[in-house]
Formats: sequence, C-alpha cells, structure tokens
Amino acid sequence: MADPRTIDIKDQPGFRSIAILCLCVLYVPILILMIFSFNTGSLVTHWEGVGFGWYGSALLNEEFHRAAQNTLIISTSATIISTIVATLAAIGMTRVKPWRGLPAAFMVINLPLMVPEIITAVATLSFFALIAGAFGLNFGIGNLILAHTVFCIPFAYMPIRARLEDMDLTLEAAAADLYATPWHAFRRITLPLLVPGIMSGAALAFIVSFDDFTITQLVAGPGQTTLPLYIWNQIRRPMTPEINAISTILLLVSILFVSVSFLIARRRAK
Amino acid sequence: MTIKPEQNLPPRAGFLNGVIVPEQPGKNAIEVRGVRKVFGTGEAQVAALDTVSVAIRENEFFTLLGPSGCGKTTLLRLIAGFDFPSEGEILLYGEDIAPLPPFKRPVNTVFQSYALFPHMTVAQNIGFGLEMLGKPKAEIQARVAQMLKLVKMEALAGRRTSQISGGQQQRVALARALAPQPKVLLLDEPLSALDYKLRKEMQIELKRLQHETGITFIFVTHDQEEALTMSDRIAVMSSGKILQVGAPRDIYDRPAERFVADFIGETNFLKGTVVSKKSGVATVKLASDATVAAGFPEGFDPSGAVTVVVRPEHADLIVDAAKGTVAGILANVVYFGTDTHYHVKLDGGDNFIVRHQNSRSGAVAFAPGAKVGIVFEDDGARILRD
Repeated sequence: MADPRTIDIKDQPGFRSIAILCLCVLYVPILILMIFSFNTGSLVTHWEGVGFGWYGSALLNEEFHRAAQNTLIISTSATIISTIVATLAAIGMTRVKPWRGLPAAFMVINLPLMVPEIITAVATLSFFALIAGAFGLNFGIGNLILAHTVFCIPFAYMPIRARLEDMDLTLEAAAADLYATPWHAFRRITLPLLVPGIMSGAALAFIVSFDDFTITQLVAGPGQTTLPLYIWNQIRRPMTPEINAISTILLLVSILFVSVSFLIARRRAK
Repeated sequence: MTIKPEQNLPPRAGFLNGVIVPEQPGKNAIEVRGVRKVFGTGEAQVAALDTVSVAIRENEFFTLLGPSGCGKTTLLRLIAGFDFPSEGEILLYGEDIAPLPPFKRPVNTVFQSYALFPHMTVAQNIGFGLEMLGKPKAEIQARVAQMLKLVKMEALAGRRTSQISGGQQQRVALARALAPQPKVLLLDEPLSALDYKLRKEMQIELKRLQHETGITFIFVTHDQEEALTMSDRIAVMSSGKILQVGAPRDIYDRPAERFVADFIGETNFLKGTVVSKKSGVATVKLASDATVAAGFPEGFDPSGAVTVVVRPEHADLIVDAAKGTVAGILANVVYFGTDTHYHVKLDGGDNFIVRHQNSRSGAVAFAPGAKVGIVFEDDGARILRD
C-alpha cells in the first residue's frame, strides 16, 4: 500500500473548489470593502468613480485621530505589560521544580480564553464601578489598559511557553557548565532563543487588544473611544465610504505589523 | 600445563605513536567517596548509584563503561553538578565539590547532543566559558584562536553552528569545553552520534587532545571497544555499582566478575565443580568430566558449582581430540575475514567458540562434524563471581 504521505492534497476530489470557496468567503468581502474606499460617491453600495477623497477626509478627521491615539496607547501599553507578565509566568512554569499550585496557575492564566467575553466585560465593569464607588478611584484610560492586559496575557503566554518547552534544556545546562550564573545563562542563552516566542506573543496580544470591542465598549469612559468603537459608532449613522477608507488603513497597519513580526521570526529561526 | 599466579599488570598511562607514556604516580583529580543517588520517594525510590567509590588520577583518560541505565551518566552529572548526590562526597583535588552548582566547578562537559548555542558563531561558542569567567577580550581572542587551531577548525570560526557538519560540531563542542582549561573534562558519550569512520577518527583525535592538553578526561560510553582502545583505566558499571576498575588489559584478561567478562568482549562460559584449590589456582571438573586448572580473582574463594570462563582467542583447536583440554564436535565454521570462529559442541553439552586469527599460510582446514580437541592457553581459564 502506498504511504499515505505520498498522497497529494491537490489531487483530492473537490479540494480545489472547496479551497476556492473558503478563500472567497474570507477575502471577497474585505476586497469589496477596500474597492469601495476608492469610491467618489457617498454611498458604500453604489459605485460612482475612482478617487482618494475619502482617504483625505479620513486622515483629516479629528475623531478618527483621537480614536487612533487611544487605541495605540491602550494596545501598546497592554501589549508591553501582558508580554512581560506572560514571559515571567512561562518561565516560572517551565524552568522551576514543579510546584503545588502549577495546574491551578495554568488554569487561571488561561481563564480569559474560556470565559465568554461578555461575562468578563460585565465583571470588569462592575469591578471598576465598585472600586470607584468604594475608594473613589478611577484610573481613566488606565482602566482600559488594565482590562486589556488581563485578556492579552493568555494570548502572549501561549507562544512563549511553547517556545520554552521546545527549547533544549541541555543548552542551559551547557551555559551553567561554562560558568554562567543562572542570570547570565538566562540573559545570554534562554532569552535570545526565546525572542521569536516573545515577538509572536506580543504580536498576538497587540492584535487582540487592537481589535477588542466587547470589553472596551463596556469599560470605556467618555473620551476613551478606540478605533473599533469609533467604527461601530460610525456605522450606526448613514454610512459613507470614509468608513471603508478607515478600515482599509487599519487593515494595512495590521498587515504591516504581522509581516514585520513574521519576518523577524523567520530571520531569528535561520 | 603451567598456570601463572595472579599478577597485576602495570597500569598504562597512555600509548601514543608507539611510545608508552609512563604512569606518573600523581594525585587524584577526582575522588568519589560513598556516593549514593536516589531518585523518587517512598515506594517508587530507585537507587541510580548505590554507594560508589572511585578515584580518578590526574592526567588520566578514565572511562565509565556500562550498559544503559547502569548509572554512568548519573555519576558524570554528579561530577558536573547538574545533580547532587543523596549521600557521599565528590572531591576535586581534595576539595568537596558535591554541594556546588555547576558554574562554580572548574569542570567542563562535552554533551552527547553537543548543546552548541545555535544563536552564536563557532568562535563565540568557544569563547563563552572564558567570557563568563570575566577574562579580558584579548585573552579570550587568543585562546579561541588557539582552540580553533587545536581542533583544526580555523576556517569555520565565523560560521553559525547550524551551518557545520556533525563531526565539526563535535570538534567545536570539544574546543568549547577545553577553552576554559578545566581541571577535569567530562565527556558524555560524545561519539555516539557519529558514523563509524568518523567515530574511529575522533577516538584518535580525543586521545591526541588529551595528551596535548594534559587534562584529566572522564569519558562515559556503553561501547566496550571504544573504552578498550582509548582509556588508561576503565570502571565497569552495572545497576548503579562499579564492578571493576583497571587498565583495559586487566579488565579484558582478568575480569573480576561474570558480568564484566560477559559485557566486554566475547566469552565462553563452562559449568563445573571445584575439586581442589591451591595458591590462586583451582582444579575444576567440567560437565564432560575433563579437569581444567583455572585462576580466580583475589579475595574470592570458589567452591562447589562454579562457572569457568575462557576467551575465544585464549583457546586453540587441535585435530587430536584426546590431547585437548576439552573435546567436542565442530558444529560450525564462521569466516570473518580477519579471523575465523569455530563453534564447538563440547562433550558435556556446553557450546564453545574458538577464535583463530587468519593468515595466508598454514590455514588448518577443519570440517564441520569432525571430532576436535580444544587447548586452553596458560591462564586462559578463570573462575568468576556470578
């Protein structure tokens, strides 16, 4: 009998048509959205001509600027904090003697992945309302950063932990054998080899935070509109292709971000 | 037949280019004293090392030899500091290092998987230990250059370790471990990943490196041939214990226990009963009623039913069955090129293999089915502890 691995997936009946269907469902709407951003008319469904007018008005839109600024502040802060926490957690759970609370800690870190987001959102909202009521504390945009950090941690944690588990422990033993203290062994061997994991963890965290709607919608105070909230507010009004232009800009930023982190990971892996 | 009394061959310090390097009655580099290592707790407790004591001399090529799971790697890890003994002391030039972490021990390791740092160049790998010791840059550079020359890798100094072959990685791993000039170099089956030819080459290379650097080598292997060809002394291990320590010749010619004889080289085992004993030689009656004189190790008093061992090359085949120490029917002849193995079914029922070195002339043709005699060389038969 033939080795199943010699079967070419492309020869399977229906493979081509199913693949094309999936790609269409995924990307045709996005393509249409991008095409209509170049519409000169003011309707998102009626094509009138090619122009860059909506990009101009989007880039001059003050509200869009504020939303973009908020998003960048929140996502960048949440990414940095959650990646640091996730890195420390991953090291504490793979590079030490197994400890009693290990499975419980693993559960707690991954809880945000399993709890429906709307529940986390309501819980976070009531938590902030409670501390605001009881202690008069309000961290402003810090509330959002904190909320985002919490749900970004498991996304950052996963690739970092995977990388740590794949790493050959003998390398760290070799470093210790060559007179490296635990700190030096970490800084010179473990950390450099962990960078691709940290990069992809950070990229995931950033995208998840950048894109978050449910929790942000409930927790955000006045003046804390992020890009997803801004877009959502816009489509409740009569829609213009400006929203397409804004979405296209966001899409390009995401693509740029993902490509850069992919390229870094590939260069590191060589 | 005359039997020589038990004698101790002088330990060989080394053999290079046909010159026997004399043993220097030096200090002990490593002294393992009553070391026990237990893994697990309670019922599931396993003793990986069961009260092991051994002294390894300065400048010695010392091999820990044994089957997998015998504790040889555990002992090496305890000396390196990757694990700590449950009991006992490990002295490095008289100082107990057992409680020290690995980065505080002047001992370096060549790992089975080499464990080269993939994000560094060959030169950076070799310089890592010196850098961690805080040596000045100029000294590190000079030493790395010297090490690259020693292992003949000058041309590849700037390469990533993923861009060089397995044999070259092996050399880099050696250079990296030798660069900080450790007091003792530990080698954990470093040749097992190489193919046969390269392994043979590296065996000679390792021996050369040990001579040129004058560093004490502790080598772990399960390959008896590797151990015999490279070592000054060998410790044979089994089930967490050291069974015998000695020069390759001692171990091969005078195994102390049945396990050692069985593990190293090929051996014939004959059942028999001790008839009489005097000054280190016993007369044993074999299953075929033939009697044979057999030596035995010091401190061992054989009596009753015993096993006599004879190496296949310590016996010879003769046509006249009546003149042999034992006799039997030649069952099979196996030709190996360099030598021929004769499988003989002895009269008492035991099987016996005689190895005969082949040569151009004087090949005596023995046909299978013929009645043959077997003569044991002087001191060829020995009684061993089971």
